[in-house]
Amino acid sequence: MRSTSGHPGIDRVALLEVNDLRTAFHTRNGIVRAVDGVSFRIDRGETLGIVGESGSGKSVACLSLLGLVPQPPGRIAGGGAVLDGVDLLSCPKEVLRGIRGRRVAMIFQDPMTSLNPYMSVEEQLMEPLLIHHKINRAAAARMALQALQEVGVPEAAQRIRSYPHQFSGGMRQRVMIAMALIGKPDLLIADEPTTALDVTVQAQILDLIVQQQRQRGVAVIFISHDLSVVAGFCDRVMVMYAGRVVETADTRTIFREPKHPYTRALQRSRPAVQAKGVELCVIPGLPPDLSRPIPGCAFAPRCEFAVPDCGRAEMRLQDVGAGQASACLRVQRGELNLQ
Amino acid sequence: MLRLIARRILGTIPVLFVVATITFFMMKAVPGGPLDTEKNIPQEIKVQIEAFYGLDQPLWKQYASYMGNLLRGDLGPSFKHANRSVNELIAAALPVSLELGGLALCVALLVGIPLGVVAAIRQNTWIDYLASSSAMVGICMPTFVMGPLLVLVFALQFELFNASGWDFARDRVLPALTLGLVYAGYIARLTRGGMLEVLNQDFILTARAKGASEARVVFRHALQGGLLPVVSFLGPAIAGILTGSFVIETIFNIPGLGRHFVTSVFNRDATLTIGTALFYAALIVVLNLAADIAQVMLNPKQRVE
Amino acid sequence: MPEPAPASPTPPAADAVEPGRSLWQDAWARLRRNRMAVIGGVVLLALTVLSLFGPLFLAISYQEQDLGLGAAPPSATHLLGTDKLGRDQLARLLFGGRVSLLVGLAATGVSLTIGLLWGSIAGYAGGKVDAVMMRIVDILYALPFTIFVILLMTVFGRNFILLFVAIGAVEWLTMARIVRGQVLALKRQEFIEAAVALGLRKRRIILRHMIPNVLGPVMVYTTLTIPAVMMLEAFLSFLGLGIQPPMSSWGLLIKEGAEQMEEAPWLLVYPAAVFAATLFSLNFLGDGLRDALDVRASRD
Repeated sequence: MRSTSGHPGIDRVALLEVNDLRTAFHTRNGIVRAVDGVSFRIDRGETLGIVGESGSGKSVACLSLLGLVPQPPGRIAGGGAVLDGVDLLSCPKEVLRGIRGRRVAMIFQDPMTSLNPYMSVEEQLMEPLLIHHKINRAAAARMALQALQEVGVPEAAQRIRSYPHQFSGGMRQRVMIAMALIGKPDLLIADEPTTALDVTVQAQILDLIVQQQRQRGVAVIFISHDLSVVAGFCDRVMVMYAGRVVETADTRTIFREPKHPYTRALQRSRPAVQAKGVELCVIPGLPPDLSRPIPGCAFAPRCEFAVPDCGRAEMRLQDVGAGQASACLRVQRGELNLQ
Repeated sequence: MLRLIARRILGTIPVLFVVATITFFMMKAVPGGPLDTEKNIPQEIKVQIEAFYGLDQPLWKQYASYMGNLLRGDLGPSFKHANRSVNELIAAALPVSLELGGLALCVALLVGIPLGVVAAIRQNTWIDYLASSSAMVGICMPTFVMGPLLVLVFALQFELFNASGWDFARDRVLPALTLGLVYAGYIARLTRGGMLEVLNQDFILTARAKGASEARVVFRHALQGGLLPVVSFLGPAIAGILTGSFVIETIFNIPGLGRHFVTSVFNRDATLTIGTALFYAALIVVLNLAADIAQVMLNPKQRVE
Repeated sequence: MPEPAPASPTPPAADAVEPGRSLWQDAWARLRRNRMAVIGGVVLLALTVLSLFGPLFLAISYQEQDLGLGAAPPSATHLLGTDKLGRDQLARLLFGGRVSLLVGLAATGVSLTIGLLWGSIAGYAGGKVDAVMMRIVDILYALPFTIFVILLMTVFGRNFILLFVAIGAVEWLTMARIVRGQVLALKRQEFIEAAVALGLRKRRIILRHMIPNVLGPVMVYTTLTIPAVMMLEAFLSFLGLGIQPPMSSWGLLIKEGAEQMEEAPWLLVYPAAVFAATLFSLNFLGDGLRDALDVRASRD
C-alpha cells in the first residue's frame, strides 16, 4: 500500500518519518502480515495517537521501529523509518541500540511485568543514564531521585531503593514514565500505558503524561484501543485496521468528520455514547485472518457501505482535504458522505 | 529472617533423632559385632569386651546410654577399628569428603551454569543442541559408570592421572569431575529452562527498549531470575553429591567418610555406621538450610516477609 | 441518517470447521513431532524386546561357565566377549536387561501405587487429614533415604522382592506431592462442581473425571522415575547390596566391568553403553511427554 503524505506540502523536517513499513511473522500456520504498508510522520513536540483494535498492528509497528520485534519469527519485510537522517530499519545494530532509551523511549502496558522484579527501582531508573552517558553512579543516583520526584511519587527518597512489587500499579507506571524520560528522549512511545490500570488511576497517569509532554516538549506516540483516551490528549490521530492505516487527521476533525467507515463505527460503538435501553451498536463480524492475503480494502467484509469495487481495487491512503487522509475508496471518489 | 533460620534448625533436631533411632535399631538387628572375628577369644576377654561396648546391657539401656552419649557429642568407640573412637575416625575422614564434595559442586556449577546460559541465548541452534545433549549425557551417566570410564580413558589409556588414591593434588581431578559432571548436566538443564522462561518476560523487553546490550540483558537482568531453579535444586544436588561420594570414594580408594560408611556397614561396625549416617544426615540438613537461605536472598519478593 | 444496509457482501473467510481434538490426540501429535522423544521410544522398545525375547534365541545361557576360556574379548562365538568365569557377556547383558527393566518397572509400580493413593486421598480429603499426611511426607523428605536403603539391604539380606520395595519406597514421596497438587487443583475446577451439581456419586467423580486428568503429570513423572529407580538399583548392585550373582543386572555387570577394567575393558564398555542408552531414551521420552502434555507450552 503506498501512501501520499497526510500533510499537504509542509516544509518542516519531521522528527520521524515512516514509509511503507511492513512486518511479518513466519509461523507454522503461514506468514502473518502484522504490519502491511504503514506510513506516517511525527514532528518534534507533536502528539500522535494510534488507535485500533487488538491485532491491528499498532504495537508491532512501533516495536519494529526500535528493532524490538524478535527476528525469528518476525521479519521486517520492507519500508523505511527515518529519525533525524538515520534509517532505523537499516542502520547497524549498535546505532539502533544507541537510539533506544536515549532518543526514543518506550513504555508498556503492564507495569507489574514490565519492571524487573529483582532490581531496585533506583537501579532501574539509573540504567538508561549509565548505558548511554558517561556519568558516575552518584550523579546518576541523584538524577534518578529527581526523576522519581518529578513524576509525583511521594516520599521518593525513602522508597527509591524499594522493589517494584512494593509499589502500587499506578506508582509503578509512574516509575516507568520516569525511567523512560530520564534520558531526555525526543520521542516517547507509550503502548497502552493506562489499559492495565484502575479507572481512577488511568486519569492520573494520563495527566502525568500530558504534563511531562508539555514541560519537556517531547513528541509522544500514544497507542490505544480506546478513541476517547486519545481524544483528550493528542494533536493528531491515526486509525489502523488489519495492519494498515485507514485514516489520519487531527483530533477534532477525526471526531467531527470521520472519513472512513471504520472510524465512524468505532466512534459509534462506544457504549458511553449510546442511548440506554437501545440494542448495543457493534461492528459485525471479526477481524480478518492476517495470514492470508487480503485483496482490496481489509474492512470491506464488515463495512455497511461496501461495494464490489472495494474488494478489488488496491487500498491506498489518500488526502481528502484539510489535513485529513482516508483509505476508503468510496470517500476518495466522493461517493460517500459519512456525516 | 533470623527467626526463619532458628525455626528451621530446631526442626532438624527431630529429623536427626529419627535417623539416629532407626539406624540404631537396624544395626542391632544385624548379626555380628566386635566379637565377630575368626580368632578364638577366651571367655574372660569376651566378657570384658562386651562390657566395654555395653553389649551386656538390655537393649533399651543400650539405646538410652547411646542417646545420652550422643547428646554430649560422643559417638562411641568403633567396633572394628581397635582403640579408636568414632569421633576420631570421622574427624580424620570428614575434611577429605568435604574437599571432594566441594570440588564436585564447583565443577557442577562452573560447567553447568555457563552451558545452560549458552544453550538458552542460542536456543534451537546447533549450539543449543550440543549443549543440551551434553547435559543429557551427564544426567544419564551414573557416577559409577562415568568414574570407571574416565579412569579407563584418562588413567589407564593416557596415563594422565592415577587410578586411585588421594595423596597428590592431581588425584582430586578425576573424582571431582566424575561426581561433578553428573550434576553439571542437571544444572545445565535447569539453567537453560530458567533462562528461557525469564528471557520471555516483559521486563526483558523493557531492558532492551532502554538500549541495554545483549550481554547486559543476559547477565544483569535475566541471570538472577534464571538461576532460581538452580538454587532450589542445590539442596537435592548437595544431598546427591554426598551420597554419590560413597561410590566415588570406593572406586577411587579415597579415605573419606563415604568409604567409612560403606565398609562399616559391611563390617557390622554399628557405632561407626550410626555415626557416619548421622553425620551425613546432619550435613545434608545444614546444607539444605544454606541453600534455602540463598534462595531467599536471590528473590527479593521472598525477602520481605 | 440512512438505514445501514443489511449484511456484508462477502462473509469472512469461512474455514471448514476443524475437527475437535481431545487433549490426548493433541498431545500424541505433538509427541510424534519431537524427534528425540521418538528416537528414545524406539530405542527403548528395541531394548525391551531384545531383553525379553533375546535370551530365547541364544544358544548359550547366561549361567554357563567356561572356566578354561576365562575373560576373552569379543569373538564369533561370544559376540560381546566373556567374563572371567567364561560366561557369555551377550547373554548376561540381555538377561541383565530383563532384571534391570523388571526391577525398574516393579519399583516404579510400587512408588506409583503408594504415591497415587497417598496423594489422592490427601488431596481429596483435604483439611486435617491432608495436613497430617503431607506433614509426614515433608518429614520423610528430609531423611536421607539412600542411607536407609543401604542399611535395609544389609540388615535384611539380599532379598529380591525387598529390593524393589525398598527402592520404590524412596521415590513415592514426590509422586504423592504431584498427585495431591493435581487433585487439589482439579477439585476447584468448575467441571467437577458441574459433576457434583449433576448429582454424580463421589466414586464416579473420582474415577471418571479426576483420574483421567491427574494422569498427565503422573505419566510424565512415572517415565522420569523409571530411570531414577534403575540408577538406584544399579547403585546398590554396584555396592554389592543389590542383585547377586549368578543373576545379572546391568548395575552388577558394570561393577564387574569396573573391577576388571584394565584387563578386560569390554566388560565395562558394553553394559555401560546399553545402560546409558536406556536412561537416555527414558529421559528423552519423559521430556517429550512433558512438553506434549503441557497445555501452556504451545510454541507455534
